[in-house]
Amino acid sequence: MIGGRKMYSEKVMDHFSNPRNVGEIENASGIGTVGNAKCGDIMRIYLDIDDNQIIRDCKFKTFGCGAAVATSSMATELVKGKSIQEAMQITNKAVTEALDGLPPVKVHCSLLAEEAIHAALWDYAEKHDIQIEGLKKPKSDVHEGEEDREEY
Amino acid sequence: MDNNKEKSFIYLDNAATTKTAPEVVEAMIPYFTKLYGNPSSIYELASSSKRAVAESRETIAHTIGADVNEIYFTAGGSESDNWALIATAEAYESKGKHIITSKIEHHAILHTCEYLQKRGFEISYINVDENGVLKLNELEKAIRPDTILISVMFANNEIGTIQPIKEIGEIAKKHNVLFHTDAVQAFGQLPINVDEYKIDMMSASGHKLNGPKGIGFLYVRKGIKIRSFIHGGGQERSRRAGTENVPGIVGLAKAAERAVNTMQSRAEKETELRDYLIEKVLKEIPHVRLNGDQAMRLPNNINISFRFVEGESLLIMLDMEGICGSSGSACTSGSLDPSHVLLAIGLPHEIAHGSLRLTLSEENTKEEMDIVLEKVKIIVEKLRKMSPLYEDFMKA
Repeated sequence: MIGGRKMYSEKVMDHFSNPRNVGEIENASGIGTVGNAKCGDIMRIYLDIDDNQIIRDCKFKTFGCGAAVATSSMATELVKGKSIQEAMQITNKAVTEALDGLPPVKVHCSLLAEEAIHAALWDYAEKHDIQIEGLKKPKSDVHEGEEDREEY
Repeated sequence: MDNNKEKSFIYLDNAATTKTAPEVVEAMIPYFTKLYGNPSSIYELASSSKRAVAESRETIAHTIGADVNEIYFTAGGSESDNWALIATAEAYESKGKHIITSKIEHHAILHTCEYLQKRGFEISYINVDENGVLKLNELEKAIRPDTILISVMFANNEIGTIQPIKEIGEIAKKHNVLFHTDAVQAFGQLPINVDEYKIDMMSASGHKLNGPKGIGFLYVRKGIKIRSFIHGGGQERSRRAGTENVPGIVGLAKAAERAVNTMQSRAEKETELRDYLIEKVLKEIPHVRLNGDQAMRLPNNINISFRFVEGESLLIMLDMEGICGSSGSACTSGSLDPSHVLLAIGLPHEIAHGSLRLTLSEENTKEEMDIVLEKVKIIVEKLRKMSPLYEDFMKA
């Protein structure tokens, strides 16, 4: 393994050690879960969206490496307080840049974070029978666990 | 040199590499500074190097009950593994092209097997049970008239499981098949006698037993056809060319001697610390699992999976607390799959991703184990609070 602290920027380490917006939202407007346990990265984003289609609050949960935690944390920061349309503009590139870059082998984590936002927005759109411009059905559905293994 | 500074970290990754012991460094230094002659040269200065290499070879042979002429120095365990497999394949391919190994070998063995597969050899990979112990009846069944080699590691580097080497040696002997063992993790930690275990070839590496990096050896039983691996000058009885790494060889021998002399006391101390920490973690942290055999286990190996959390995150947080460990998660292996060893013992992917390997040394203390326990508790709790898997589990 390549050294954690040397591999990651200070911003990534900050978001990893002090992640913003960890948690859940009860009765969330939209929830999106992407990734799967097989690859070792799962991200879940909760959105609370008001009547003006502004993202009032945003929370996340992540199972994954340092980059996975940091990108999902940064993603919540970037969409919080934004309109749905503005949130749709946020790309994995924006997340990566906001973190002062990611090692090439970790760029896919930023893609997952972008997908998580979209998945949450898709869920919101479905629940409220709304069409969001540019939003397609999320491609990765979470593999809901493997067959029941022994509890321990 | 500042020896007064307290070490500010707790090193628990001795399976990856170990600190070179001071007496080993001391033994090596003259061969850098004063006695730097090339052992092949004719003059007086060189005779000290030549002698040092010969004495080192004798020391090493003695540690495993081998003959001096059966020890070949290499640049480390990976080279020894490559050499053993490839040289055997080439030397015996007229007899057969089938090789048997296990699913939990080190990549130096597995990738060399893949290399041989591309060159027309057939490889059988024998399964292990849920504790990582090789399935002996499967091994025996896999042997064919064209089997030329069985290669099974002495003890596994990730989960610490010690293999039934005696039984494997007997099976190999019974069927007249050569038996190689990658003893890189076991040499220096467990007593090994090549006759007792009917071992025909054995790989070992210096930096796993407080020796220097970049040096190891391959033991090859007399009578086994072993072709040259690195061609060139006549060193190592013309089997492995290259001016001898005299300081490395001297260091390796010193480390081996030291390891054998201290083996029992180290094993006792390490086993105690190991079991202490394992017991505490299993008792005080929920949803954990010990990986590897409880009893047939390297004295210093701890490998535990923490459900709902991921290994790299665990390691980074431990690093921030000054604790050095390793993991079987995909992120740490740089691939999409977690450790092949953890998958081979039947762990689901997400459990394998959440594994932590701590391998201690005789220098660790009980206080350090207590510190590690506390930090791991806090870190696992923090990561679980962040985990969607934990959230789903708690809601179910």
